[in-house]
Amino acid sequence: MVKLFLIFTLIIALLNSFVFANEKADEKWKGVDEVIIEKIAKEHGREPSEPIINTEQGDLLLFLFLLAGLLGGFAMGYYWRIILEQKRL
Amino acid sequence: MRLFLIAILTIVVFPNESVAMHIAEGILPFKWSIFWFILSAPFFIYGLRELKKKTSQDLSFKPLIGFITATVFIISCMPIPIPFAGSCSHPAGTAISAIILGPAISVVVALSALIIQSLFLAHGGISTLGANVFSMGVAGSFIGYFVFITARRLNLPLVVSGFLAGVFADWATYLTTIIELSAGLMGNTTFLELFNKILLAFIPVQLPLSLIEGLMTAGVVSMLYKKRPDLLIKLNILKEKEA
Repeated sequence: MVKLFLIFTLIIALLNSFVFANEKADEKWKGVDEVIIEKIAKEHGREPSEPIINTEQGDLLLFLFLLAGLLGGFAMGYYWRIILEQKRL
Repeated sequence: MRLFLIAILTIVVFPNESVAMHIAEGILPFKWSIFWFILSAPFFIYGLRELKKKTSQDLSFKPLIGFITATVFIISCMPIPIPFAGSCSHPAGTAISAIILGPAISVVVALSALIIQSLFLAHGGISTLGANVFSMGVAGSFIGYFVFITARRLNLPLVVSGFLAGVFADWATYLTTIIELSAGLMGNTTFLELFNKILLAFIPVQLPLSLIEGLMTAGVVSMLYKKRPDLLIKLNILKEKEA
């Protein structure tokens, strides 16, 4: 019963993804932080202001996200290695 | 069980627009920004004290702080596509830091991640930092920690306790964000009206996302259990007989 339900849910979800991809192509996969919070805020008379350091210019934000992932990933790996080494001491 | 299945099906069949946390710069009115800063400040100061105390007592605690901070930073700015909702949202990761480092230090970890994100990644904002720290750092950490401790006292396995902590920390974070938005933006509408409106928009994305957050938390706890059970015993997360 549960297995059938899960398969049915998955099929519906996949079909819906296609349907809504056509209907709301512009909004598809946008970060919900900005799309809805900002939308509701606008409805209530609040506009988001520009960030203090505006990195939303061209591919700059993409670069910064990549850099943040790289540095964060490096830090995770570095400290994880130290944690594992502590065991051997 | 039947009700739960119906609820899941409803969300899948009728996808809605959804929202997420990390309130952007300028969204909250000035007085509310200040209010959330004031509310978050004592937790942050307490967290700093705990951090200083623990690192001076045990130097081996420092690499753990580095590892968890990097993990929370990456998790909290990683957009995950949710097919049901057709949009992306991100987990918070504070359940992991609350379980491993304690809820107070987890507030400091959340603040560190949020400052970098708001300054360089256009994710959140400096004026809304207090509100974002309160939802992700304070509510997420303390509720996640409380759920974890309760689950452990009920003798639930470590991984299950981690999963539940992740799920509830996620819900706590997003419910607090809804409260912050409803209080700050209500204007002529009532608080409850706006609360329900945002809550309904949140559910399609947050329900699956909270399960992902639960799995992530359980995964990190399980990884530490396999590789460093001695560390978990030292942190009072695991009993010696369980190792």
